[in-house]
Amino acid sequence: MAVTSTIDNPALAPTQKRSASWARLTGSDRLWALAFAMPYMAVFLAFVIYPIGYGLWLGSDPGTYRQLFSDPVYPSAVLNTLIYLLVAVNLKLFLAILLSGFFMRKGWWTKGVLLIFILPWAVPAIPSYISIHWMLNSQWGLVNNVIWTLLQTDGPPWLDNASLALGSVIYAHIWKWLPFWTIIFLAGRMAIPPELYEAGKVDGASSLDLFVHITVPLLGGLYLVCTLLSTIWALGDFNAVRFISGGGPALSTHVLATLGIRNAFEIGNPALGMATVLSALPLLIPLVILLMRQLKKGQVQL
Amino acid sequence: MSLAARARMNRWLMELAAVLLGALLVVWSLVPLYNMVRVALQDKEEVFSSYVIPVAPTLHSFWTVFQESYWLLAKFWGQMSNSFWIGVTVAGLTLTIGTLTSFTIGRLRIRQGWMLTNAALLTYVIPMSFLAIPFYGIMGKYGMTDNPLAVIAVEVTFATPYAIFIFRQYGASIPYELDEAARIDGASAPQIFLRIYLPLMAPALVAIGTYALLLSWNEYLYAFLLLSTDRKLTVPVGLGKFLNSDEAPWNYLMAAAIVYAIPPMVMYYAFRRRMSSGLTMGGIKG
Repeated sequence: MAVTSTIDNPALAPTQKRSASWARLTGSDRLWALAFAMPYMAVFLAFVIYPIGYGLWLGSDPGTYRQLFSDPVYPSAVLNTLIYLLVAVNLKLFLAILLSGFFMRKGWWTKGVLLIFILPWAVPAIPSYISIHWMLNSQWGLVNNVIWTLLQTDGPPWLDNASLALGSVIYAHIWKWLPFWTIIFLAGRMAIPPELYEAGKVDGASSLDLFVHITVPLLGGLYLVCTLLSTIWALGDFNAVRFISGGGPALSTHVLATLGIRNAFEIGNPALGMATVLSALPLLIPLVILLMRQLKKGQVQL
Repeated sequence: MSLAARARMNRWLMELAAVLLGALLVVWSLVPLYNMVRVALQDKEEVFSSYVIPVAPTLHSFWTVFQESYWLLAKFWGQMSNSFWIGVTVAGLTLTIGTLTSFTIGRLRIRQGWMLTNAALLTYVIPMSFLAIPFYGIMGKYGMTDNPLAVIAVEVTFATPYAIFIFRQYGASIPYELDEAARIDGASAPQIFLRIYLPLMAPALVAIGTYALLLSWNEYLYAFLLLSTDRKLTVPVGLGKFLNSDEAPWNYLMAAAIVYAIPPMVMYYAFRRRMSSGLTMGGIKG
């Protein structure tokens, strides 16, 4: 996604006025427009609308939901999903906005650090997650090897304990996505005119004052949009749980996205899997509505 | 202490804190990647040891990957080529559909353009994994499972909305007067599209092409569900299969993972400037 943050200042944000000359489409243009729009309409109908309709139909039997709610794994998956969304997304974005300030520093070595810092984002998710999975192995993983070498004691069983395993999933998510959001905020910060900070400094404001009174109000809209988008994406995130904890130990770290796939394909009950996924709609729909309203305000463009 | 000395001291402390934070960020970013390289350089026995740094580093694992001389790696290069061709097709289709749609909305300015925009927005906010179950069912009905075209279809579906947004945004900077002038000279819509719109959109095309290629290269869930024959798999699915086998040759797995991770890394760094000049710096959803 691209978030271009335009700051809410009429003097700075050039208002994009539509060219006044609105030519009515002529007959042949109308046909061309239809032809040009056809491929996307076909893709949308065949691969978005049809699956949505089919999915709603699959998950329309109330009996499936009774079966789902009586499954002991389900409540823990809901709880894990909420923890994952609240902790991973918010911690990540908070760190990202702070770090974006660090990367505003001038100097060659900050740029060097930035180049290394975006590596987790440049490397595909699956290899990194597999590496983290093995790195956290309680017996032969890198982390516990380091603990053993330094302290001559056994490290914690990262992936064999429910809370530690969920924590490991959150760690992996933050590690993978922190650079992306930092760069988004960095772009947002760069759009803030430096004169504002200079004026603040002249008036004797501290760095904290500058952050609270200039950065926060100007990047607030962007931050909110990022939180909503990141929450929506994390809600659908399958790979982190699948590859870090695999839903284990003893199915204790499943989230709705992975439990849905498990119910549909491993247990072989597509209706139950769809019901699992659809039960996230009461969370997803308000997030989407909030996001739309925020985007309509126009401070942040997709 | 004089005021000047205190200010100098403060500045020095700030600099020290910044250096420490920088060092911390480097370590934080590199640890899982170091682990990947470390395990890839170890031999079979050493993988199950408590060494932090490989004691007898060997390139044997990479050699095994290149020669495909391990049963889980038997189709590795075929899978690399599958990932590549699926990615290129997804990029090509995303660019074609995305530019045509954005041209219709932004340049031909049809009255129903808002419907297309909203369709794209709706697709954009649906988590991809939520449609996996019905999508699999539909592809099953059409006999399209184990067919790369099904994977291509879903990846194009989810890459196009973002392409449309970016093209719309970027296209807004191309003066509409150019279209009008071309029209006066008698150009038709396809001519304007091919001769004016596409050439001026080049930076956005590069960025979105890269985006779609990487989205497809990195995609796991749909390829995992839809493809089953070893010969047809993409690399991430092949790597995932290692975890299901009883014996886990971690050194081979990590060597293969590194080989698979290098092309997208090169692309990220090669196109970083292109992307940041063409669009905003954050123009890519991983």
